[in-house]
Amino acid sequence: MAHVLRAPLNGNALQQLHAGDEVLVQGTVYAARDAAHQKMIAALEAGQPLPFDIEGQIIYYVGPCPAPPGRIIGSAGPTTSSRMDVYTPALLQRGLKAMIGKGDRSQEVKEAMKKHGAVYLAAVGGAGVYLAHRITAVETIAYPELGPEALLKMEFQDFPCIVAIDMRGQSVYQASDE
Amino acid sequence: MRIVETELIKKAVKEAVKTANTRLPVDVLTSLEKARDNETVPHARQVLDILLQNAHQAQTENMPLCQDTGLVTVHVQLGQEVALTGGSLYEAINQGIGEGYTEGYFRASMVKDPFERVNTGDNTPAVVHLEMIAGDKVIITVFPKGAGSENMGRTIMLKPADGWEGARRFVVDTVRIANANPCPPIIVGVGVGGNLEKACLLAKKALLRPIDQPHPDRRIAAREAQLLQDINKLGIGPQGMGGDTTALAVTMEVYPTHIASLPVAVSLNCHSARRAVVTV
Ligand code: SF4
Repeated sequence: MAHVLRAPLNGNALQQLHAGDEVLVQGTVYAARDAAHQKMIAALEAGQPLPFDIEGQIIYYVGPCPAPPGRIIGSAGPTTSSRMDVYTPALLQRGLKAMIGKGDRSQEVKEAMKKHGAVYLAAVGGAGVYLAHRITAVETIAYPELGPEALLKMEFQDFPCIVAIDMRGQSVYQASDE
Repeated sequence: MRIVETELIKKAVKEAVKTANTRLPVDVLTSLEKARDNETVPHARQVLDILLQNAHQAQTENMPLCQDTGLVTVHVQLGQEVALTGGSLYEAINQGIGEGYTEGYFRASMVKDPFERVNTGDNTPAVVHLEMIAGDKVIITVFPKGAGSENMGRTIMLKPADGWEGARRFVVDTVRIANANPCPPIIVGVGVGGNLEKACLLAKKALLRPIDQPHPDRRIAAREAQLLQDINKLGIGPQGMGGDTTALAVTMEVYPTHIASLPVAVSLNCHSARRAVVTV
Protein backbone atom coordinates (compact mmCIF):
# COMPACT_ATOMS: atom_id res chain seq x y z
CA MET A 1 0.00 0.00 0.00
CA ALA A 2 1.29 3.42 -0.93
CA HIS A 3 1.60 6.12 1.73
CA VAL A 4 -0.23 9.35 1.02
CA LEU A 5 1.73 12.57 1.49
CA ARG A 6 0.18 16.00 1.55
CA ALA A 7 1.92 19.27 2.40
CA PRO A 8 2.35 20.88 4.88
CA LEU A 9 4.32 17.93 6.19
CA ASN A 10 5.48 17.29 9.71
CA GLY A 11 8.10 15.03 11.21
CA ASN A 12 5.57 12.46 12.41
CA ALA A 13 4.22 11.70 8.95
CA LEU A 14 7.74 11.46 7.53
CA GLN A 15 8.90 9.18 10.34
CA GLN A 16 6.70 6.42 8.86
CA LEU A 17 8.50 6.47 5.54
CA HIS A 18 11.32 4.07 4.71
CA ALA A 19 13.58 3.96 1.68
CA GLY A 20 11.85 1.92 -1.02
CA ASP A 21 8.30 2.71 0.12
CA GLU A 22 5.73 3.79 -2.43
CA VAL A 23 4.20 7.21 -1.96
CA LEU A 24 1.36 9.10 -3.62
CA VAL A 25 1.81 12.83 -3.33
CA GLN A 26 -1.38 14.90 -3.16
CA GLY A 27 -2.02 18.63 -3.10
CA THR A 28 0.36 21.55 -3.32
CA VAL A 29 3.95 21.19 -4.52
CA TYR A 30 6.39 23.92 -5.62
CA ALA A 31 8.35 23.34 -8.83
CA ALA A 32 11.86 24.73 -9.09
CA ARG A 33 15.11 23.79 -10.81
CA ASP A 34 18.61 25.26 -11.11
CA ALA A 35 17.93 28.91 -11.92
CA ALA A 36 14.99 29.30 -9.49
CA HIS A 37 17.09 27.73 -6.73
CA GLN A 38 19.89 30.15 -7.44
CA LYS A 39 17.47 33.07 -7.12
CA MET A 40 15.92 31.73 -3.90
CA ILE A 41 19.34 31.33 -2.31
CA ALA A 42 20.33 34.82 -3.47
CA ALA A 43 17.13 36.15 -1.82
CA LEU A 44 17.98 34.39 1.45
CA GLU A 45 21.52 35.71 1.39
CA ALA A 46 20.20 39.22 0.85
CA GLY A 47 17.92 38.78 3.85
CA GLN A 48 14.78 38.78 1.71
CA PRO A 49 11.84 36.39 2.10
CA LEU A 50 11.33 33.44 -0.27
CA PRO A 51 8.48 33.75 -2.79
CA PHE A 52 6.49 31.20 -0.74
CA ASP A 53 6.37 29.97 2.84
CA ILE A 54 8.65 26.94 2.66
CA GLU A 55 7.83 25.50 6.10
CA GLY A 56 6.64 21.91 5.68
CA GLN A 57 6.58 22.16 1.89
CA ILE A 58 7.59 19.92 -1.01
CA ILE A 59 9.78 21.01 -3.94
CA TYR A 60 9.63 19.17 -7.26
CA TYR A 61 12.71 19.48 -9.48
CA VAL A 62 11.13 19.98 -12.89
CA GLY A 63 11.21 22.25 -15.90
CA PRO A 64 8.05 21.31 -17.79
CA CYS A 65 7.34 21.64 -21.49
CA PRO A 66 4.91 24.42 -22.45
CA ALA A 67 1.22 23.46 -22.24
CA PRO A 68 -0.27 22.58 -25.62
CA PRO A 69 -3.79 23.92 -26.33
CA GLY A 70 -6.38 22.23 -24.13
CA ARG A 71 -3.92 21.14 -21.45
CA ILE A 72 -2.63 22.82 -18.33
CA ILE A 73 0.95 21.59 -18.64
CA GLY A 74 3.26 19.80 -21.08
CA SER A 75 5.44 16.82 -20.23
CA ALA A 76 6.71 17.20 -16.68
CA GLY A 77 9.03 14.51 -15.36
CA PRO A 78 11.78 15.00 -12.76
CA THR A 79 15.22 16.40 -13.51
CA THR A 80 18.56 15.27 -12.01
CA SER A 81 18.48 16.27 -8.34
CA SER A 82 22.24 16.40 -7.72
CA ARG A 83 22.46 19.73 -9.54
CA MET A 84 20.38 21.22 -6.71
CA ASP A 85 22.60 19.71 -3.96
CA VAL A 86 24.52 22.93 -3.34
CA TYR A 87 21.31 24.87 -2.67
CA THR A 88 19.34 22.27 -0.73
CA PRO A 89 20.79 22.40 2.83
CA ALA A 90 19.88 26.11 3.17
CA LEU A 91 16.27 25.33 2.18
CA LEU A 92 16.07 22.34 4.52
CA GLN A 93 17.23 24.62 7.31
CA ARG A 94 14.26 26.89 6.55
CA GLY A 95 11.76 24.07 6.85
CA LEU A 96 11.62 22.35 3.44
CA LYS A 97 10.44 18.81 4.21
CA ALA A 98 10.53 16.88 0.94
CA MET A 99 12.13 17.02 -2.49
CA ILE A 100 11.06 15.12 -5.60
CA GLY A 101 13.58 14.42 -8.35
CA LYS A 102 15.70 11.68 -9.84
CA GLY A 103 19.12 10.27 -8.93
CA ASP A 104 21.20 10.22 -5.76
CA ARG A 105 21.99 13.18 -3.45
CA SER A 106 25.26 14.38 -1.95
CA GLN A 107 26.45 13.47 1.53
CA GLU A 108 25.85 17.08 2.64
CA VAL A 109 22.21 16.89 1.58
CA LYS A 110 21.75 13.53 3.32
CA GLU A 111 23.20 14.95 6.53
CA ALA A 112 20.98 18.03 6.33
CA MET A 113 17.94 15.80 5.69
CA LYS A 114 18.73 13.79 8.82
CA LYS A 115 19.30 16.92 10.86
CA HIS A 116 16.09 18.65 9.79
CA GLY A 117 13.91 15.55 9.31
CA ALA A 118 13.21 15.57 5.58
CA VAL A 119 12.75 12.94 2.86
CA TYR A 120 13.83 12.69 -0.74
CA LEU A 121 11.41 11.10 -3.19
CA ALA A 122 12.19 9.78 -6.67
CA ALA A 123 9.72 10.01 -9.54
CA VAL A 124 10.24 8.02 -12.74
CA GLY A 125 12.68 9.99 -14.90
CA GLY A 126 11.62 10.25 -18.50
CA ALA A 127 7.96 9.51 -17.82
CA GLY A 128 7.03 13.10 -18.70
CA VAL A 129 3.60 12.50 -20.20
CA TYR A 130 2.58 9.89 -17.64
CA LEU A 131 3.44 12.24 -14.77
CA ALA A 132 1.85 15.32 -16.40
CA HIS A 133 -1.46 13.45 -16.13
CA ARG A 134 -1.11 13.60 -12.34
CA ILE A 135 -0.77 17.38 -12.23
CA THR A 136 -4.14 19.13 -11.99
CA ALA A 137 -3.21 22.82 -11.64
CA VAL A 138 -0.20 25.02 -12.38
CA GLU A 139 0.49 28.65 -11.56
CA THR A 140 3.66 30.72 -11.99
CA ILE A 141 4.42 32.37 -8.66
CA ALA A 142 7.88 33.88 -9.24
CA TYR A 143 10.69 34.44 -11.74
CA PRO A 144 8.56 34.28 -14.93
CA GLU A 145 11.60 35.65 -16.80
CA LEU A 146 13.26 32.25 -16.38
CA GLY A 147 10.83 30.67 -18.86
CA PRO A 148 10.87 26.88 -18.34
CA GLU A 149 12.83 27.45 -15.12
CA ALA A 150 10.26 29.73 -13.43
CA LEU A 151 9.03 28.95 -9.92
CA LEU A 152 5.64 27.23 -10.16
CA LYS A 153 2.96 26.16 -7.75
CA MET A 154 1.35 22.88 -8.74
CA GLU A 155 -1.48 20.69 -7.52
CA PHE A 156 -0.84 16.95 -7.60
CA GLN A 157 -3.29 14.11 -7.70
CA ASP A 158 -1.91 10.63 -7.00
CA PHE A 159 1.59 11.59 -8.11
CA PRO A 160 3.61 8.36 -7.75
CA CYS A 161 7.03 8.40 -6.10
CA ILE A 162 9.38 6.08 -4.28
CA VAL A 163 11.08 7.09 -1.04
CA ALA A 164 14.66 7.22 -2.31
CA ILE A 165 16.29 8.53 0.87
CA ASP A 166 14.45 8.54 4.17
CA MET A 167 14.83 10.66 7.32
CA ARG A 168 17.36 8.21 8.71
CA GLY A 169 19.57 8.51 5.63
CA GLN A 170 18.68 5.06 4.29
CA SER A 171 18.84 5.02 0.49
CA VAL A 172 17.65 2.91 -2.43
CA TYR A 173 20.76 3.77 -4.45
CA GLN A 174 23.99 1.84 -4.51
CA ALA A 175 27.18 3.78 -3.78
CA SER A 176 28.65 4.92 -7.08
CA ASP A 177 32.27 5.09 -5.79
CA GLU A 178 32.87 8.68 -6.75
CA MET B 1 24.24 17.87 -60.12
CA ARG B 2 20.98 18.01 -58.16
CA ILE B 3 19.78 21.36 -56.91
CA VAL B 4 18.25 21.28 -53.43
CA GLU B 5 16.56 24.31 -51.85
CA THR B 6 17.57 24.74 -48.22
CA GLU B 7 13.86 25.39 -47.54
CA LEU B 8 13.39 21.63 -48.06
CA ILE B 9 16.05 20.93 -45.44
CA LYS B 10 14.29 23.26 -43.00
CA LYS B 11 11.00 21.44 -43.50
CA ALA B 12 12.65 18.05 -43.14
CA VAL B 13 14.35 19.05 -39.89
CA LYS B 14 11.12 20.50 -38.52
CA GLU B 15 9.16 17.30 -39.15
CA ALA B 16 12.04 15.15 -37.88
CA VAL B 17 12.28 16.91 -34.52
CA LYS B 18 8.52 16.60 -34.06
CA THR B 19 8.64 12.87 -34.79
CA ALA B 20 11.74 12.23 -32.72
CA ASN B 21 10.36 13.92 -29.62
CA THR B 22 7.01 12.17 -29.61
CA ARG B 23 7.73 8.69 -30.99
CA LEU B 24 10.22 6.29 -29.52
CA PRO B 25 12.10 4.40 -32.27
CA VAL B 26 10.68 0.88 -32.78
CA ASP B 27 13.96 -0.83 -31.88
CA VAL B 28 14.04 0.98 -28.51
CA LEU B 29 10.38 0.24 -27.83
CA THR B 30 10.85 -3.45 -28.61
CA SER B 31 13.91 -3.60 -26.41
CA LEU B 32 12.05 -1.97 -23.50
CA GLU B 33 9.22 -4.48 -23.87
CA LYS B 34 11.69 -7.35 -23.84
CA ALA B 35 13.41 -5.92 -20.78
CA ARG B 36 10.09 -5.60 -18.97
CA ASP B 37 9.19 -9.20 -19.78
CA ASN B 38 12.58 -10.51 -18.60
CA GLU B 39 13.07 -8.30 -15.55
CA THR B 40 12.98 -10.34 -12.33
CA VAL B 41 12.84 -7.48 -9.80
CA PRO B 42 9.17 -6.47 -9.31
CA HIS B 43 9.81 -2.78 -8.70
CA ALA B 44 12.06 -2.60 -11.77
CA ARG B 45 9.34 -4.22 -13.87
CA GLN B 46 6.91 -1.62 -12.65
CA VAL B 47 9.23 1.21 -13.73
CA LEU B 48 9.67 -0.34 -17.18
CA ASP B 49 5.93 -0.68 -17.44
CA ILE B 50 5.47 3.02 -16.67
CA LEU B 51 8.05 3.89 -19.34
CA LEU B 52 6.15 1.84 -21.91
CA GLN B 53 2.88 3.49 -20.90
CA ASN B 54 4.59 6.86 -21.20
CA ALA B 55 5.80 6.06 -24.73
CA HIS B 56 2.28 5.00 -25.67
CA GLN B 57 0.76 8.18 -24.23
CA ALA B 58 3.37 10.34 -25.98
CA GLN B 59 2.48 8.82 -29.32
CA THR B 60 -1.30 8.88 -28.97
CA GLU B 61 -1.44 12.33 -27.35
CA ASN B 62 1.32 13.79 -29.51
CA MET B 63 3.22 14.92 -26.43
CA PRO B 64 7.00 14.93 -25.94
CA LEU B 65 8.26 11.67 -24.41
CA CYS B 66 10.29 13.62 -21.88
CA GLN B 67 10.15 17.24 -20.77
CA ASP B 68 13.86 17.52 -21.49
CA THR B 69 13.51 17.77 -25.24
CA GLY B 70 17.25 18.19 -25.31
CA LEU B 71 19.98 19.83 -27.25
CA VAL B 72 19.54 18.74 -30.85
CA THR B 73 22.50 17.26 -32.68
CA VAL B 74 21.95 17.13 -36.42
CA HIS B 75 24.07 14.83 -38.54
CA VAL B 76 23.93 15.83 -42.17
CA GLN B 77 25.23 13.43 -44.78
CA LEU B 78 25.46 15.57 -47.87
CA GLY B 79 25.68 13.89 -51.24
CA GLN B 80 28.59 15.38 -53.17
CA GLU B 81 26.41 15.74 -56.25
CA VAL B 82 24.04 18.06 -54.41
CA ALA B 83 24.17 21.81 -54.84
CA LEU B 84 22.37 23.67 -52.04
CA THR B 85 20.63 26.93 -52.93
CA GLY B 86 18.40 29.46 -51.21
CA GLY B 87 20.37 30.26 -48.09
CA SER B 88 22.65 28.81 -45.48
CA LEU B 89 22.36 25.17 -44.54
CA TYR B 90 22.99 25.97 -40.89
CA GLU B 91 20.30 28.65 -40.83
CA ALA B 92 17.84 26.25 -42.46
CA ILE B 93 18.57 23.62 -39.82
CA ASN B 94 18.14 26.07 -36.96
CA GLN B 95 14.94 27.46 -38.43
CA GLY B 96 13.58 23.94 -38.71
CA ILE B 97 14.39 23.30 -35.07
CA GLY B 98 12.99 26.64 -33.89
CA GLU B 99 9.71 26.13 -35.72
CA GLY B 100 9.44 22.45 -34.82
CA TYR B 101 10.02 23.11 -31.13
CA THR B 102 7.60 26.04 -31.00
CA GLU B 103 4.85 24.23 -32.90
CA GLY B 104 5.39 21.02 -30.95
CA TYR B 105 5.22 22.78 -27.55
CA PHE B 106 8.63 21.35 -26.73
CA ARG B 107 10.77 22.88 -24.03
CA ALA B 108 13.41 25.41 -25.01
CA SER B 109 16.51 24.21 -23.19
CA MET B 110 19.36 26.16 -24.79
CA VAL B 111 21.11 29.13 -23.18
CA LYS B 112 23.07 31.54 -25.36
CA ASP B 113 26.23 31.97 -23.36
CA PRO B 114 27.47 29.19 -21.04
CA PHE B 115 28.19 31.75 -18.31
CA GLU B 116 25.45 34.35 -18.81
CA ARG B 117 22.88 31.57 -19.29
CA VAL B 118 20.01 33.41 -20.99
CA ASN B 119 17.56 31.08 -22.75
CA THR B 120 17.52 31.45 -26.56
CA GLY B 121 13.77 30.80 -26.51
CA ASP B 122 13.40 28.30 -29.34
CA ASN B 123 15.94 25.59 -28.50
CA THR B 124 18.41 26.75 -31.14
CA PRO B 125 21.16 26.49 -32.12
CA ALA B 126 21.77 22.86 -32.96
CA VAL B 127 25.14 21.15 -32.94
CA VAL B 128 25.65 20.22 -36.59
CA HIS B 129 28.00 17.60 -37.97
CA LEU B 130 28.47 17.62 -41.72
CA GLU B 131 29.74 14.64 -43.67
CA MET B 132 30.13 14.29 -47.44
CA ILE B 133 28.84 11.10 -49.00
CA ALA B 134 28.59 9.80 -52.56
CA GLY B 135 25.41 10.44 -54.55
CA ASP B 136 22.78 13.15 -54.78
CA LYS B 137 20.83 12.67 -51.55
CA VAL B 138 20.89 14.53 -48.26
CA ILE B 139 20.39 12.24 -45.25
CA ILE B 140 19.55 14.09 -42.07
CA THR B 141 19.55 12.48 -38.64
CA VAL B 142 18.20 14.53 -35.75
CA PHE B 143 19.23 13.46 -32.28
CA PRO B 144 17.63 15.41 -29.41
CA LYS B 145 19.36 14.38 -26.20
CA GLY B 146 18.67 15.46 -22.64
CA ALA B 147 21.29 16.69 -20.22
CA GLY B 148 20.65 14.04 -17.56
CA SER B 149 22.39 11.48 -19.72
CA GLU B 150 24.65 13.87 -21.65
CA ASN B 151 26.24 15.20 -18.47
CA MET B 152 27.42 11.70 -17.53
CA GLY B 153 29.55 11.10 -20.66
CA ARG B 154 33.33 10.71 -20.21
CA THR B 155 36.47 10.58 -22.34
CA ILE B 156 39.93 9.25 -21.54
CA MET B 157 43.23 9.03 -23.40
CA LEU B 158 44.42 5.58 -22.37
CA LYS B 159 47.87 4.14 -23.01
CA PRO B 160 48.12 1.47 -25.68
CA ALA B 161 49.29 -0.89 -22.91
CA ASP B 162 45.90 -0.47 -21.20
CA GLY B 163 44.33 -2.28 -24.15
CA TRP B 164 40.84 -3.70 -24.24
CA GLU B 165 40.84 -4.38 -20.49
CA GLY B 166 41.53 -0.71 -19.78
CA ALA B 167 38.82 0.42 -22.17
CA ARG B 168 36.38 -2.07 -20.71
CA ARG B 169 37.03 -0.89 -17.16
CA PHE B 170 36.57 2.75 -18.21
CA VAL B 171 33.22 2.05 -19.89
CA VAL B 172 31.85 0.08 -16.93
CA ASP B 173 33.12 2.70 -14.43
CA THR B 174 31.42 5.43 -16.42
CA VAL B 175 28.09 3.63 -16.05
CA ARG B 176 28.73 2.96 -12.36
CA ILE B 177 29.51 6.63 -11.65
CA ALA B 178 26.49 7.77 -13.68
CA ASN B 179 24.32 5.53 -11.50
CA ALA B 180 20.68 6.73 -11.58
CA ASN B 181 21.37 10.13 -13.21
CA PRO B 182 21.05 9.21 -16.90
CA CYS B 183 17.64 7.56 -16.36
CA PRO B 184 18.50 3.88 -16.74
CA PRO B 185 17.85 1.66 -18.60
CA ILE B 186 20.44 3.38 -20.74
CA ILE B 187 22.07 2.85 -24.10
CA VAL B 188 25.86 3.05 -23.98
CA GLY B 189 27.67 4.52 -26.98
CA VAL B 190 31.40 3.80 -27.09
CA GLY B 191 33.93 5.40 -29.43
CA VAL B 192 37.46 4.05 -29.58
CA GLY B 193 40.39 5.31 -31.65
CA GLY B 194 41.19 8.36 -33.74
CA ASN B 195 42.07 11.29 -31.49
CA LEU B 196 40.26 13.16 -28.73
CA GLU B 197 37.42 14.63 -30.82
CA LYS B 198 37.12 11.64 -33.13
CA ALA B 199 36.54 9.28 -30.21
CA CYS B 200 33.74 11.54 -28.90
CA LEU B 201 32.14 11.74 -32.30
CA LEU B 202 32.34 7.96 -32.70
CA ALA B 203 30.62 7.46 -29.35
CA LYS B 204 27.80 9.74 -30.50
CA LYS B 205 27.61 8.05 -33.88
CA ALA B 206 27.37 4.70 -32.15
CA LEU B 207 24.21 5.98 -30.44
CA LEU B 208 22.59 6.61 -33.81
CA ARG B 209 22.69 2.92 -34.74
CA PRO B 210 19.42 1.03 -34.09
CA ILE B 211 20.04 -1.07 -31.00
CA ASP B 212 18.83 -4.30 -32.56
CA GLN B 213 21.78 -4.15 -34.97
CA PRO B 214 25.08 -5.40 -33.56
CA HIS B 215 28.25 -4.03 -35.16
CA PRO B 216 28.85 -5.71 -38.56
CA ASP B 217 32.41 -6.63 -37.52
CA ARG B 218 31.99 -9.79 -35.41
CA ARG B 219 34.91 -8.95 -33.09
CA ILE B 220 33.44 -5.56 -32.26
CA ALA B 221 29.97 -7.07 -31.85
CA ALA B 222 31.46 -9.53 -29.35
CA ARG B 223 32.98 -6.67 -27.35
CA GLU B 224 29.63 -4.89 -27.35
CA ALA B 225 27.96 -8.02 -25.99
CA GLN B 226 30.64 -8.43 -23.34
CA LEU B 227 30.26 -4.81 -22.18
CA LEU B 228 26.49 -5.17 -22.01
CA GLN B 229 26.87 -8.21 -19.78
CA ASP B 230 29.38 -6.43 -17.49
CA ILE B 231 27.13 -3.39 -17.21
CA ASN B 232 23.99 -5.32 -16.42
CA LYS B 233 25.89 -7.20 -13.70
CA LEU B 234 26.22 -3.85 -11.88
CA GLY B 235 22.59 -4.21 -10.83
CA ILE B 236 21.88 -0.46 -10.98
CA GLY B 237 18.54 -1.23 -12.62
CA PRO B 238 15.77 1.00 -13.96
CA GLN B 239 15.95 4.44 -12.29
CA GLY B 240 18.91 3.21 -10.25
CA MET B 241 16.76 1.33 -7.76
CA GLY B 242 18.11 -2.13 -8.50
CA GLY B 243 17.26 -4.66 -11.19
CA ASP B 244 18.53 -6.73 -14.09
CA THR B 245 18.11 -3.98 -16.67
CA THR B 246 20.75 -1.26 -16.38
CA ALA B 247 21.47 -0.98 -20.11
CA LEU B 248 19.40 -2.01 -23.12
CA ALA B 249 22.40 -2.07 -25.44
CA VAL B 250 26.02 -1.15 -25.98
CA THR B 251 26.97 0.14 -29.41
CA MET B 252 30.60 0.74 -30.30
CA GLU B 253 32.42 2.34 -33.22
CA VAL B 254 36.17 2.23 -33.80
CA TYR B 255 38.68 4.11 -36.00
CA PRO B 256 42.41 3.81 -36.67
CA THR B 257 44.52 5.64 -34.10
CA HIS B 258 48.09 6.84 -33.46
CA ILE B 259 50.76 4.32 -32.39
CA ALA B 260 50.93 6.07 -29.00
CA SER B 261 47.20 6.60 -28.41
CA LEU B 262 44.14 4.75 -27.21
CA PRO B 263 41.33 7.32 -26.96
CA VAL B 264 38.08 6.04 -25.46
CA ALA B 265 34.85 8.04 -25.23
CA VAL B 266 31.58 6.97 -23.67
CA SER B 267 28.30 8.72 -24.33
CA LEU B 268 25.29 7.55 -22.36
CA ASN B 269 21.79 7.83 -23.71
CA CYS B 270 18.69 7.46 -21.60
CA HIS B 271 15.77 5.13 -22.33
CA SER B 272 14.15 8.13 -24.01
CA ALA B 273 16.51 7.47 -26.92
CA ARG B 274 15.07 9.82 -29.50
CA ARG B 275 16.24 10.00 -33.09
CA ALA B 276 14.72 10.41 -36.52
CA VAL B 277 16.20 10.07 -39.99
CA VAL B 278 14.90 11.86 -43.10
CA THR B 279 16.21 11.76 -46.63
CA VAL B 280 15.86 14.77 -48.86
S1 SF4 C 1 17.99 11.56 -18.95
FE1 SF4 C 1 16.60 11.31 -20.71
S2 SF4 C 1 14.72 10.44 -19.91
FE2 SF4 C 1 15.89 11.24 -18.18
S3 SF4 C 1 15.08 13.29 -17.87
FE3 SF4 C 1 16.88 13.50 -19.18
S4 SF4 C 1 16.10 13.37 -21.28
FE4 SF4 C 1 14.49 12.66 -19.94
